[in-house]
Formats: sequence, structure tokens, C-alpha cells
Amino acid sequence: MKKREPISTGAEWTFDLIAEYDHEIGRIANEYGLDTYPNQIEVITSEQMMDAYSSVGMPLNYNHWSFGKQFVDTQQNYKRGRMGLAYEIVINSNPCISYLMEENTMTMQALVIAHACYGHNSFFKGNYLFRTWTDASAIIDYLLFAKSYINRCEERYGVDAVEELLDSCHALMSYGVNRYVRPQPLTADEEKERQQAREEYIQRHLNDLWNTIPKKEGEEIPMVARFPQEPEENILYFIEKNAPLLEPWQREIVRIVRKVAQYFYPQKQTQVMNEGWACFWHYTLLHKMHDEGLVNDGFMMEFLHSHTSVVYQPPFDSPYFSGINPYTLGYNMMQDIKRICVDPTDEDREWFPEFAGKDWNETLDDAMRNYKDESFILQFLSPRLIRELKLFTIMDDAGKANLEVTSIHDESGYRKVREDLAAQYNLGNREPNIQVYNVDVRGDRSLTLRHFMYNQQPLGESSDEVLKHIHRLWGFDVHLESVLPDGTVSKSYHCPEMAQEEITESLL
Amino acid sequence: MSYIIDRRLNSKKKSTVNRQRFLRRYKKHIKDAVEDAVNNRSITDIDKGGNVTIPRRDISEPVFHHGEGGIKQKVFPGNKEFVVGDQFQRPQGGGGGGAGDGKASNQGEGEDDFTFQIDQEEFLDFMFDGLELPYLVKKQLKNTTQYETRRAGFTNAGSPDKIHIVRSLRAAHARRIALSGKERRKIRELEEEMETLRARLPDTDAESQIQHLKTEIDELKAKLKRVPFLDDFDIKYNNMIKVPVPSSKAVMFCVMDVSGSMTQSIKDMAKRFFILLYLFLKRNYKHIEVVFVRHHTHAKEVDEQEFFYSRETGGTIVSSALDLTAEIIEQRYSPSDWNIYVAQASDGDNWDGDSSKCSDVLNSRILKMVQYFAYVEITTGPHQNLWHEYEKLQASWADSFAMQQIREPSDIFPVFRSLFEKKTEGAA
Repeated sequence: MKKREPISTGAEWTFDLIAEYDHEIGRIANEYGLDTYPNQIEVITSEQMMDAYSSVGMPLNYNHWSFGKQFVDTQQNYKRGRMGLAYEIVINSNPCISYLMEENTMTMQALVIAHACYGHNSFFKGNYLFRTWTDASAIIDYLLFAKSYINRCEERYGVDAVEELLDSCHALMSYGVNRYVRPQPLTADEEKERQQAREEYIQRHLNDLWNTIPKKEGEEIPMVARFPQEPEENILYFIEKNAPLLEPWQREIVRIVRKVAQYFYPQKQTQVMNEGWACFWHYTLLHKMHDEGLVNDGFMMEFLHSHTSVVYQPPFDSPYFSGINPYTLGYNMMQDIKRICVDPTDEDREWFPEFAGKDWNETLDDAMRNYKDESFILQFLSPRLIRELKLFTIMDDAGKANLEVTSIHDESGYRKVREDLAAQYNLGNREPNIQVYNVDVRGDRSLTLRHFMYNQQPLGESSDEVLKHIHRLWGFDVHLESVLPDGTVSKSYHCPEMAQEEITESLL
Repeated sequence: MSYIIDRRLNSKKKSTVNRQRFLRRYKKHIKDAVEDAVNNRSITDIDKGGNVTIPRRDISEPVFHHGEGGIKQKVFPGNKEFVVGDQFQRPQGGGGGGAGDGKASNQGEGEDDFTFQIDQEEFLDFMFDGLELPYLVKKQLKNTTQYETRRAGFTNAGSPDKIHIVRSLRAAHARRIALSGKERRKIRELEEEMETLRARLPDTDAESQIQHLKTEIDELKAKLKRVPFLDDFDIKYNNMIKVPVPSSKAVMFCVMDVSGSMTQSIKDMAKRFFILLYLFLKRNYKHIEVVFVRHHTHAKEVDEQEFFYSRETGGTIVSSALDLTAEIIEQRYSPSDWNIYVAQASDGDNWDGDSSKCSDVLNSRILKMVQYFAYVEITTGPHQNLWHEYEKLQASWADSFAMQQIREPSDIFPVFRSLFEKKTEGAA
């Protein structure tokens, strides 16, 4: 192929150059078959980047002190030089909004465009979790609705009342998602129309549930074992629908927090894949540009410098170690899949017969679309990569005096390490599994939650605080029981706190 | 297809509301920090911003998470010499060999206190929060003898330095369009006619007619040229009007005893008090003058340096200073133009026969002219005769007279606050 002139050679960027780079990167991405939302590239200042940080990356969000805290924290750390800001933030919306910092050099802008506008963007559009749980075209509208609704509530009921409620909801944000029921995406307009109907419906439905009018004599009182009949994992949903004392506007705010939590749910589960995918593609796209002569060697040096520092994994005993770097793991796995497709060894053929030697682009595309971190690792982590990263598992059993190395990167350990690593990315293992177990409908209306223990891990020390928040939402007594797999209660929490004898009594 | 947008010009202060919510929530912590700063910091940099530290646990947002204990399996990279079955001791203090969950990373070092900065404006706001000078409102509504020039649109007459060029040229342009409309329309018509004639060329008749039209057009064009580019009545001037504004001038009298009994540490405390008052006035008035009056047996007006740092000895006659203050007010600071504040600091010592004279001077000459008279007695001992004399005054001048005792530096700010506490009934 005839080499072309480099698009630019200096460090300075201009809007024309950004447009030109974007055009070329987009063309190459298209040749590779990346399917993306249209891009909206926004150039912002560092201060605006800090703004974006503090509202969890969203271009607009309702007001809450915790975002202010985040902002103050970020600003403070940034000013003192303790942290740099991300080069980019990308939002899962349609069009896909990416923020570019004005401080970036032209190379960095090109890197960010390849990474965010084509890497993350295609992931948002293709991955099944995002397709199921988020509605990219409606999110901005929904946030607008949420912001103005909460504003109106503040005007009407006071900032304090709204703030308290939001505090409580935020404490339960991780428990505002139905993991297994496919949600119904809504647009903001529908949302507004439905809101009114919902208010009325819920109030009527509630009255039914809490109806205390005595039954006529002779009428059988059906023995309801529990309410809800099956444990409910979506605590916020349960509260929204069933908390006896909440006002309609409070239910709506619970719902807003729940919906926002749902929007972020896929991101938590696909961090490794999402970053790996984006890194793989910026690497591939920019190299292709270099092959075509669109960028010069200086550009590549600068790009590779920042690429390698992003995908660097410090070893476990390094002072810089802070867990496994999702960029490293994801990027290396993507490259590894490509390698297995293009140049498989015998080991690869044995471990991955379904795709060794197949078309790499199709294999990667399939992986991107149909997996989340947990299943992706379980399916695609190869022995060779385990060896390269020298992965090993340590078991920390509180019942034993010492830590123990249970498996390492050897023949007998590959599968075990891979399973352990995958389990580490299972959201159900990372966060305590807490569900609504029972409501004492006929008695004191108390709410009982159950913590189904995983590997005998107890709850952390802030549980009592969270319980207070649940109590605020529920309005009556709240109990939380940590339950071992055999059904015995190992520890219980109560809000308001119970006297000791009451606890023993309730256990009997 | 990509859209590229320059957002840098958008408002930057998107987080302002959230930040204020945060400050509002932790008001108490911040106030404590500010009070600490006021008490401990050197006075000269008191009106800078400040650091506020809040314990992490006070601002954490609780969530359910796994605690210590149970069985944890964690995968680590970078194995060097471990083989299966190796055992080693649990690292002390750490989370059982595992770094915390993802949340920990953005929370810094976990148990660190949360420290952030507030700027000068916020610092002073918190410092003066809830304080309000008595009679401020009343005085502002009264005696509007001062004026301010403000812009108020445009006029057709004025002095040349007030010419508004854009408006003038726009008016001229409009006038030229208006005056020349008829001619230009005529020219257009003639030119069209000429075009149709041209189509008939070569025709001698048409040619002569074209000639004719040409001269006509030239005439019209010449006429257009005679419309002046700029006419007298095109010129617009910025209109400035005078608006009466409330009196924004204040004078502050610092009156201090410098007799032998006043030690440097007492003077330092007095200084802090004066400076607080000065900072406070600075927030409320545009223009402030400070008059320093010191006294032992005689009173003298001095500059700041001498006021605080020159040493004197001798007896104490407080009335001399009050006399001098009253004189200065009468000569230089007419109460109709100035908001007058007097702050007096002393260790309470006075010559026995003089205290009653002091209250006379206050009663008859000073208190009716001033906004506020504050007396602080800096002493650890029992109250002296001046205090008892002043106490009698309080009842009749409740709105404009206040007195407090200061024992140690940390008292200064609370005393200052109580002296200037919001007196809404007084201001109304």
C-alpha cells in the first residue's frame, strides 16, 4: 500500500485535526467491523472534568451532598498533584458522549478517540448486559426528568427531607437491581405519564396489604407463610412498592435511585472486558494508522508510552500493587484470544478447540457481545496468560492460623486459578447477598432481611448504619440475620437496637 | 459520523450546588475549624481561607460489605517462589492478605481524615455567620446623602466623551437606508430597463435611450452620495444618572488604655479584638476609616504602630480618651455621613473619681452619635469600678451599648460574637 503523509506531526491539537483523526480512526474501525453509536466528542477543561467526576461521570445528575464531597476530594487531590485526571470519560448514551481534556496532546486525543469513541462505544452497543439493562437513547432524558423531579421535591418538601431520603437510598444502591428479571426500558416521556398512575396504584395496593379491618368471624384466616413468599433481592424495589409509610413522592425518589443504580449495574460487571476491549482496539486501530503512514514514529512512541503504563500490572509485593489491574487483565486476554486464533499452539488447541485457528475478529466480537467479566474469564483465560501474569491463589481462612497458597500457575492449578479469579469478579460474591425475607404483616410490621453468607464471611462494621437507613425508609423495626448455608442464624442486627433478653427471646 | 463540540466555554461551576450542599451538611465541623483558626492563627493572615478537617467516619456513606473473617480466596499476580501448600503468617493490620474491595481506592488511605480547603470568602462567611451589626439597616435607609453614577440607557445629547460609537453608527446606517430608499429603487428600475434595451442592440434608438438612462442613473447616484455619512442627530450618548445610595462609610474608633498595668499580652488580645471588628466592618461597608485613640492620664490620637507597640506608664484617666473621641467625631465624622463604631479595650483600671465622668461623657455626647459602642474588659481578676459604672448605662442604651469580659485568647471570638449577635428587634 502506498504510504500517506502523516496527518500531523506536532503535539498541538486543533478542532480540524481532531475531526480528521476521528475520520480516519472511524474509517479503520469500520473496516474492522466495529459497530458503534454515533459519537459526540466534547472538549472540556480540567475543571469540567472534575465536575464530571463528581457526578459519577454523568453530564447531568440530581443534586446531593455526596457529589459535592466527591468534587471537593477530587479537586483537593488534583490541586496537590496527588492524582492525575483521566484522559477521558465516556458515557453510555446515544449518541455516545466522550469528554476529551483540553490539556491532552494530539497523540493523546487520538488515543482517547480510538479508545473511547470506538472501543467503549462499540462495547456499549454490543454487550448483552448493556443491551439488556440500559437504554442508551433514553438515559440523558431520564436524568433530566430525575433532576427536575428531585428539584421540585426539594422546593416542596425541603432540602433536608429529600437529602435524608437520598442518603438512605444511596446506602442501598447496590440492592436496587433485579439480577435475573429483564427490566423494561422506558423513555422519559413514558416515565412522566406513568408516574401519576403509579402513585395512585401503589397507594391503593398498599392499603390492601396493610388492611387492618378485622375479618368476619368464621372466615378462615389463610396461613400465609411469609410475605414476600420468595425472598426478594431487590430491596429498593421492595421498599418502593411496599414500605407502609412512604409518601408518593418518596416512592418516586426511591425509584429514581433504583433506576440510576440499574443503569450502572452492567458497568460493574464488565470492567475487565470493557477496558480490555477498548485497550485492544486503540492499540489495533492506532497501529493500523501507523502502517498506513497516517501517523509518524514520534506519535507511536508517545502513544506506546502511555499505553504501556496503563496496562502495567505491578506484582503483588510491589508498593504500587492495589489489586489486579483490569486494564492489564482485559487487554492481555483480548490479545491472547487473537493470538490463539491466529497462531495457536498445541496447548491452545487442547484448551480452546472451539476457536483456536478461527477468525480472530469474529471470536472477539462474539466474546464482547455475550459475556461478562466472570464468564469471560472462566471461558477465555488461557494457561499461557496465567503463566505470563504468574497468577496464584491465596486462601485466607479466618479459622486457621496461616494463609495458604492453594494453587499456582502450573498444570494442576490452571483451572483452579481460573475459577478463583472468575469468582472474584462474580458480583454475588463481592457484595454480601442480602434479601428481603419476611414482613410481619399481621404483627408489628417489622421487616426481616436475610444475609445469605458466602464462605462464612460476616458483614462489615457499617451494617448497623445501613440498617438505620433501611429503618428510615421502612418506618418500622428492621431485623437483619446472617444465615449460614444450613439455615442457622450466625448473627443478627436490629434497628432500633434490642435489649439483650429480647434478642435471645427472638432467637428461641 | 461524529459531532465535535467545544464545551470549554460552558459554565464551569456545575458542582457548585453540590459543594454548597456538602458545606451545609458539615457546617458545624467547618465552624469549629474556623473558630480554631481565628483563635490560634496569627492575626495578620486571618482573612485568608483555611483548611477544614473532618474525620472520615463522619462523612462516610455506609454500604453493606463483607467484614473480616470467613474464608477468602484471592488471586494475585507476580508469583516468584510460592508453590502449592506454602503457608505464611497473616500480615498484621491488613485486610487478611487482601486489599480492600474496589471502593477503597478512591477513599485514599482509608482512615485518613478528610481535609479540604475553603476560600477566603467562605471562611469569612462562616466566621461572621449569624452576626449582624445593630442598626445597620436603619442607618442605611436613613440619610441617603451619597450618590452613585450608573448607566441608564442612551440619549441624544451629551458630552463627546460619552459617545457610544456602535449605537451612533447604527443610527447613521439606519438613516442612510431610510433616506436613500426612493433613489435606490429608482436606480434599480432604470437598470432593469437598460437591460431590456441592451437586448435590442444594436439599435440606434435603443442606444440613445441607454445613454439617456445612464445619465439619469449617474444623477441619482450623485444624489445618493450627498446623503451625509454621519449626521448630528445620529450620535448617541451613554446616559449616566445619579442614584442615591445608602451611606457606606464607617469609621471605627479603637480606644485603648496603655497605662502601666496593660501588659503586652493584654494589648495583643485587644488587638485581636480590634482586628476582628475591622474585618467585620470591611464586609459591610465600602469605605472604612480607623482612628486609634490611646490614653493613660492623657489621650492622644496615634497611628497603628504606636497604638499597639509603644510603651507608656502612669495612671489611668479613661474619660480623657472618651472626651477626645467625642471631639474627633464632632469635628471630622458627622453622624449623618458616617456609621460610627467605637470599641474600647481596657484592663478595667481607672482612677476612682473618673468613672462617673466617663458614663456622663458616654451618655451625653457619644452614645447618641454612634451605631455601636463595645467595651471589652481584659482581666482575670474581679471587675473594677469602670465596669460597675458602665453596667448602669446598659439599661438605657441597650441597642447601642455592649460590654463583655475577656480572660484568655480563646475567649475573644465568642465574646466578639456575643457582642455583635443578631439583634433583629433592634434592626427592624
